[in-house]
Amino acid sequence: MTWSEMEPLLEQACWDTLYMVGWSALIAVVGGLPIGVLLVLTDRGGVLQNVVVNKVLGQIVNIARSMPFIILMVALISFTRWIVGTTIGPEAAIVPLAIGAVPFFARLVETSVREVDGGLVEAVQSMGGSTWTVVRKVLLPEALPSLISSATTTVVALLGYSAMAGTVGAGGLGDLAIRYGYQRFETELMWITVGILAVVISAVQFAGDLAARSLSHRGRSSAVPQLVLPRPARSARSAPAAAATAGTTGGPADAEAADTEPAKAP
Amino acid sequence: MITTTDLTKVYRSRGREVTALDGVDLHVSEGEVYGVVGQSGAGKSTLIRCVNLLERPTSGTITVAGQDLTALAGRGRGAPPSGSWGRAGSALRQARSRIGMVFQHFNLLSSRTVRDNVELPLEILGVSGRERTRKALELLELVGLGDKAKAYPAQLSGGQKQRVGIARALAGDPKVLLSDEATSALDPETTRSILQLLRDLNCQLGLTVLLITHEMDVVKTICDSAALMRGGRIVESGRVSDLLATPGSELAHELFPVGGVPSAEDRTVVDVTFQGEAATKPVISQLSRTYNIDISILGAAMDTVGGNQVGRMRIELPGRFEENVVPIGFLREQGLQVDVAAIADGPKTAAATRQLLKEGAK
Repeated sequence: MTWSEMEPLLEQACWDTLYMVGWSALIAVVGGLPIGVLLVLTDRGGVLQNVVVNKVLGQIVNIARSMPFIILMVALISFTRWIVGTTIGPEAAIVPLAIGAVPFFARLVETSVREVDGGLVEAVQSMGGSTWTVVRKVLLPEALPSLISSATTTVVALLGYSAMAGTVGAGGLGDLAIRYGYQRFETELMWITVGILAVVISAVQFAGDLAARSLSHRGRSSAVPQLVLPRPARSARSAPAAAATAGTTGGPADAEAADTEPAKAP
Repeated sequence: MITTTDLTKVYRSRGREVTALDGVDLHVSEGEVYGVVGQSGAGKSTLIRCVNLLERPTSGTITVAGQDLTALAGRGRGAPPSGSWGRAGSALRQARSRIGMVFQHFNLLSSRTVRDNVELPLEILGVSGRERTRKALELLELVGLGDKAKAYPAQLSGGQKQRVGIARALAGDPKVLLSDEATSALDPETTRSILQLLRDLNCQLGLTVLLITHEMDVVKTICDSAALMRGGRIVESGRVSDLLATPGSELAHELFPVGGVPSAEDRTVVDVTFQGEAATKPVISQLSRTYNIDISILGAAMDTVGGNQVGRMRIELPGRFEENVVPIGFLREQGLQVDVAAIADGPKTAAATRQLLKEGAK
């Protein structure tokens, strides 16, 4: 397979992946954030303590989390048809992706929000703040760096899930790697796909870490190990990350430079 | 200014009941600094949390500035179980905004600058942006942190953080300030400066301060009145100067602990408390000269309480108590408060001494 044959395939696959992951990540954040916050608020000792709501919500999240994505996708076929009117294509993949990611993100939000010091909640209550004030002025802003890390993890997980979206004909990078790379023995194309995925994931992780760190105003003492430890890793990572930002903005043509080298090796 | 009547708080968890407050009656007058002392677990924290209803009392009433807060809490909905942050109606929230609170661990939002932290209560009160900034900068100036407005809490020292906490507590123009172990996480030097600040605010703004602490030094330094808590009850309370003048007062003993045991049998050990004018008189040497007796000092403490020189001394007189009735009477005449310390040689003589002491007092 020549590059001129591969290029349109890769370009289409990149756009499909971006489309699916972008929308489902957005829905995951919009849907998972309130669920995660509600899980903390209704828990024992929470501002809105309510055992029934907490248990029901927790159980729903657990069931959704326990489902392997490929099964979730098949199980939701009729629901997907009802929502988007079709069961194939990227739109059809967004529905199960979002439904899989919402509880995943909700659990991460719950953990992040739970780490906010209860004393801060008490302080705002002593000022006469309502529950909504507590959520808006304390829980979310204080957990923000951690929430961004959670969103990053969710996006990375979604990139993994989206590889299975080919099952419903949604396309994307994972689908390309399986159909061409595995089933048609186009090893070169498969490695290019793997390379692109690696670069995209590194870029997402790097951007997420950077955003989380710049928003964190915690003490120097706790920041020191954070800043020192990743340093050797960061210098190694920044090179592909820089290429990745170029790759995502300039299209797959630029990414070629970074990815043909591992492709030539075998 | 703050009155609690028969305040009771019982925590129930897994069938077990723990009584944190057991019929507490507290009365804090307007414009005074009132200290509640006691060991951990005595119920101090529960008490101060009940005053702004962060903790809902099981029974009893709380009145702050003439307003019955327990009536606002809407107890009809049933008090939420222990440890709950609880939900508050708008009337209670409004009342809370007029009670400032300072915390042991400062509880500043790490994601906001110092100025934004002070603005937070004003945001809750719905004050406009420009007015908020003006007020926040004014308060930071008042607590001596005018130059730190743009810093984040993580960049401040403990004492500075507590100053921000105090500025924040004052943002809603409260009449009452609650201080929950505000100096317990600070070193002695910083503690003094924070206490000085609280005293200044008390004088300048006429702020009523209710503070809880386990440090007697705090009471000694700034409190007008104090209460001692044990096992959920107030065992002793009153103005500090009155407490010091009360024979056998536990608080007075805690404020001025004097130690020392008699050097031999047939000695009388006496605790003498000096206050005000009496503190400057040379009573011990007068006593020694008048009755020609040798006095040894076993222990002594001197300090300034609420601007008054106060001292306590444990002295030893030769001979049994019966032989020392006259010298002790002399000390009483000088306006000193005299307590005969429990004597080492058995409860029988101690009881006899008490009896004699009563007669002597007559």
